[in-house]
Amino acid sequence: MWKLLQIELFKIFKRPRTYIAFGAIAAIVFLIQIALKYDGKSYIDLLLSNLDGSFEMDDEFKSKMLNGYLICFVILNTLLIQMPLLVALIAGDSIAGEANMGTLRLSLTKPVSRTEYMFVKFLASVIYTVGLLVWMALLALLGSLLIFGVNDMVILRSRGLEVIESFDIWWRYVAAFGYAAVALTTVSALAFLLSVFAENSIGPIIATMSIVIVFTILSEMNIPIYDRTVKPYLFTSHMVAWKGFFYMKSNAEGATITGSIENLPAILRSMLILVIYIGLFFSAAVWVFRKKDILT
Amino acid sequence: MSLIIEVKNLCKVFGDFKAVDNLSFTVESGQVYGFLGQNGAGKSTTIRMLLTLIRPTSGTIEIFGMSLEKHRKEVLRQAGAVIERPDLYKYLSALENLRIFAAMSGHKISEKKLMEQLEMVGLAERAHSKVKTYSQGMKQRLGIATALVHDPQLIILDEPTNGLDPQGIADIRNLIIRLSKDMKKTLVISSHLLSEMELIADSMLIIDKGKKLVEGKVSDLFNPSETIVELQTTDDELSFKQIKDSAFAKYLKGVRNDCILMQMHKNDIPAAMKALMDMGIPVTSFNSRYSLEDYFLSLTTGNPYVEAAAN
Repeated sequence: MWKLLQIELFKIFKRPRTYIAFGAIAAIVFLIQIALKYDGKSYIDLLLSNLDGSFEMDDEFKSKMLNGYLICFVILNTLLIQMPLLVALIAGDSIAGEANMGTLRLSLTKPVSRTEYMFVKFLASVIYTVGLLVWMALLALLGSLLIFGVNDMVILRSRGLEVIESFDIWWRYVAAFGYAAVALTTVSALAFLLSVFAENSIGPIIATMSIVIVFTILSEMNIPIYDRTVKPYLFTSHMVAWKGFFYMKSNAEGATITGSIENLPAILRSMLILVIYIGLFFSAAVWVFRKKDILT
Repeated sequence: MSLIIEVKNLCKVFGDFKAVDNLSFTVESGQVYGFLGQNGAGKSTTIRMLLTLIRPTSGTIEIFGMSLEKHRKEVLRQAGAVIERPDLYKYLSALENLRIFAAMSGHKISEKKLMEQLEMVGLAERAHSKVKTYSQGMKQRLGIATALVHDPQLIILDEPTNGLDPQGIADIRNLIIRLSKDMKKTLVISSHLLSEMELIADSMLIIDKGKKLVEGKVSDLFNPSETIVELQTTDDELSFKQIKDSAFAKYLKGVRNDCILMQMHKNDIPAAMKALMDMGIPVTSFNSRYSLEDYFLSLTTGNPYVEAAAN
């Protein structure tokens, strides 16, 4: 199993297209960081313009707001919407790409069970997904902390601004990236499932993105009947729950409690739903693949 | 000789289409077993079933005395295959491709052995070149190297000479002969190049529309008494009449495409020719032939000309 996994990772990381995603992330993160470094004040003004006049702040506060933690939060908000495409590029290619190249039939004449083959393929695409996230964390979090410095993080919420003290932030990012890994693995599992049905990788990649886009639109729509009947069951509704790690509980006086999470059960429930989706997508992929006649 | 492959009542149905219909055959150890049929006859489907790429609708396959369904891994560990085009990872080198498929074969294979394998198929000098820079013939040879890398007892090659030039075909033929004669491997080869199969196969199976037409040793299927002699003369009508009135009438099969057709044992040909000359028959051209192609066409197309050869 370990040997097979090594082979899969070798194949993934030997392909030039693998590095497109890493390059794209680096480019976007760099562009955001550059823009906010030179015009961060305007961005903060824009953020604060959504609040009412009682939140007048001086320039010193605004410059403190613009620290590495906030920049990483902004990047995460932006990139986690685009990352499914980058994940689908590899997961959608994993079986369909082999079928297209003709290497699938050669691989399956080797003494490897189809279940084992699928498991290793999926595991490799999960490792790739985690690799992308680690890369993003390095650039977005460590890079931003180096460029913008460390300070308390101000979160803009509908009820106003909340401040997370700098010593209370690090673990929240670890949890958020961990959650993002599960969320993106769900997309990866969907692309992987669709990959089983196709003989070239374009189909599964486009199909995955179409599903993610349609589900995201449904998740974002404010139609009461969908709120109860559809939204809770869409995986896209649960992909953004990582933000919950940055929302803190408040005490009776309305002050936030350091080290707390406002609604941990909701985050865990969302995570469980994503894990169930992963299990369903992967099981379906294995079931279909085991029965599939290899005709390519 | 022990049986390496035993197929019984194999069927494969795709929707309404019966690709393989109640096919049974056996392959003995050390044989080069030719698998012949027209395009769409069911050769590739059968070969894919032997390699577990396609699930049979019904029937049984035993390889090395084990049920393929129950002992898939054990069987495939001792088998190597190239199916149609030798598609490999084009962005990797030959050595990297070989390393990957060697690792997947379930055997521990040293780098030295991998290089020896590339040497055997004449690719050692290009071991580190990316496969995308290879010619079709080189890819084919590398495909065969991936099939042989774990030293399997059974080698299954589906159309191994597809897309090769005459030199490439000769190279593959020599390699197959070497594998069979020197290394005592059992080979199952499907091909539409009948003249090639004629040169290398010990036994063969001919199928059409998924059904077995004939199976047997090439030496048994090739009957020298069924040699066809094509005779061209300056006056076919008169010559035909002369032969019909002579002792050679028994050999006469008819006239087609300006040729008088006769069928006789090849040992009788010299005497017959001399006698025809002595009779004053003005022969301008003479051709004797009996090829696998004639036999194959007689079975699969029912062409009356070749039927004459087969009967």
